[in-house]
Amino acid sequence: MVSFRIVRMIKLGIKSLILHKLRSALTVLGIIFGVSSVIAMLSIGEGASWEAQKMIRILGSSNIIIKSVKPPDNKNASTGRTFVVEYGLTYDDAKRIASTIPSVKAVVPMRNIRQDMRYRHRLAEGQVIGTVPWYPDISNFRVSRGRFLTFTDMHKSANVCVLGAGIAKKLFAYEDPLGKEIKIGSDYYRVVGIMQNRGGTNARGGSNITVDEYNFNVYIPLTTARRRFGELIVRRQSGSFNMERIQLHQINVRVASPELVPATAKVIQNLLERFHKKKDFKLIIPLELLRQAEQTKRIFNVVLGSIAAISLLVGGIGIMNIMLASVTERTREIGIRRALGAKKKDIVTQFLVETVVLSAGGGLLGVVFGVTIPFLVSHFAKMKTIITPWSLILAFSISAAIGIIFGLYPARKAANMDPIEALRHE
Amino acid sequence: MNIAEVRNLKKTYLLGETSVEVLKDISLSFEEGDYAAIMGPSGSGKSTLLNLLGCLDRPSAGTYLLGGIDISRLSDDALSEIRSERIGFVFQSYNLISQLSVIENIEVPLFYQGRSPQECHRRSLELVEMVGLGQRAKHRQGELSGGERQRVAIARALANDPLIILADEPTGNLDSARGKEILNLMDMLNRQGKTIIMVTHEDKVAARAKRIVRLKDGYLEE
Ligand SMILES: Nc1ncnc2c1ncn2[C@@H]1O[C@H](COP(=O)(O)OP(=O)(O)OP(=O)(O)O)[C@@H](O)[C@H]1O
Ligand SMILES: [Mg+2]
Repeated sequence: MVSFRIVRMIKLGIKSLILHKLRSALTVLGIIFGVSSVIAMLSIGEGASWEAQKMIRILGSSNIIIKSVKPPDNKNASTGRTFVVEYGLTYDDAKRIASTIPSVKAVVPMRNIRQDMRYRHRLAEGQVIGTVPWYPDISNFRVSRGRFLTFTDMHKSANVCVLGAGIAKKLFAYEDPLGKEIKIGSDYYRVVGIMQNRGGTNARGGSNITVDEYNFNVYIPLTTARRRFGELIVRRQSGSFNMERIQLHQINVRVASPELVPATAKVIQNLLERFHKKKDFKLIIPLELLRQAEQTKRIFNVVLGSIAAISLLVGGIGIMNIMLASVTERTREIGIRRALGAKKKDIVTQFLVETVVLSAGGGLLGVVFGVTIPFLVSHFAKMKTIITPWSLILAFSISAAIGIIFGLYPARKAANMDPIEALRHE
Repeated sequence: MNIAEVRNLKKTYLLGETSVEVLKDISLSFEEGDYAAIMGPSGSGKSTLLNLLGCLDRPSAGTYLLGGIDISRLSDDALSEIRSERIGFVFQSYNLISQLSVIENIEVPLFYQGRSPQECHRRSLELVEMVGLGQRAKHRQGELSGGERQRVAIARALANDPLIILADEPTGNLDSARGKEILNLMDMLNRQGKTIIMVTHEDKVAARAKRIVRLKDGYLEE
């Protein structure tokens, strides 16, 4: 019995809202903006933490990554003549970290060289990474076929390589790469293994750290890299040669447990600073990324949260305003209904249903817009966004709640009118 | 048997500092099947009395027994329920709800009684036929003439099968021919046993009633 009354009330509410289409549409604009900002806010926040978690999964939560960076103060490099800049991490750094810090479990030194690779007529560009056999163990990264580099490969500085999944596919469309020889630079390397597929991320969450394009890496023994490619990197730059001497591009450090990461990072920092006069390295702590993501999330929550709150407040006041006008307009109707047997609560229900229909309708439109905003954000701002079902439910419930909160006063005002006065109203 | 009885009824309105005593001491009773006309000069309190009889208002003093229940002490909700179950109103200015169709207007009292939609619909179709507007069931009030509107209002007043029909100058806005149609309808209802109390200031209209109650300066002169 109650259900059919409500259905009837909803029909009645829709009917009287349709009577004033433009008025109703303008009234719900605030709700639409508010609800869509709530959804956008939650999806951006969700996307940021998802990215951070993915980064941590890839980089390892108990890892510290040290990268060589070009020191900013190389202004003395005069143009027009050849000049060698020497900077970055060294083999000695790697040895010192491994031998002097007790909480360090493993150290993986890496040399990265961009190179063209060839297999017969096929060409691909990728990153050659000279590293050590235990690289996969601390990078949560596995060989899918064949094997990784071995100690024997290291000792012999063998010309062997392990291909990333992407580059394997590019060089060997339908052939089996294992055992084949590819040309990197001027030498031939035998493919001994293929890594599992793993993409990078395009996280931008406040940090400008991006994960390497793992699938386009080619791994060779560190000793081989040192022997074949040397330490000098030559770049042609606006008519002058720019030469850099770098020993290691990166050192990955595995710490005994995630709790020890911050302290160990500090020790490493101090250790390196003692031997590096220039600021030519930086530490990346994956756990730190989560903090940065949280911060991004907070910023978006504050900005979009304020927009949402203001829009919803304005929307709510707009609804209240319209409903007050509607109550005045329909004073006579209220008197008639009361004379015909409507209780106060019937009148309250009637007007509340009308406001809730109005605000929930706005909420529904807000959900539609709210779902499209994150799409635009990911497309144009290249930011990861995730829309969770519960955020839609939450946003929609907020709009319905706004209807109830701001509809209650006009509805009660309508119900408390004196029936005789209302009937006499012109 | 008396179905409605007022004893020493008083109604005072407070207007700021001063109070206006509209009804001073009214004692009056109506039997089942009664047809009474309330007359009196403008401002004498006819509508006020009718509203009290219709449980839209509570007396300032005195008692009002409707079907044996003293309504002067009832809550707002209980009064609404009594209006819903026992009273049928007909107004001078029809008071149809403009955005509803004829049939929907007639359904309103049934809706507040909590009848099922099918029941509401069946009963209101019956009534709209009875007042001769079966063809106009889907129309809005804007598409109806005054006489037709008043017939819809009477159908609506009958929907809950009330104990009394209260009509406040039901012919006041109509020409004499339309007015006659309405009065014929009232006569018919009274012959079927409905109790009718009607406010009017036309003698010709009052002459149709079985008895005439005259109000003057807040007192009765019958
Ligand atoms: N809510 C109110 N507050 C103050 N005075 C009121 C109120 N309602 C009615 N009155 C006064 O009570 C008196 C009687 O009013 P009522 O409407 O009952 O007269 P009536 O006999 O129906 O007149 P008419 O024939 O013009 O319809 C009037 O003087 C009116 O001003
Ligand atoms: Mg009157």
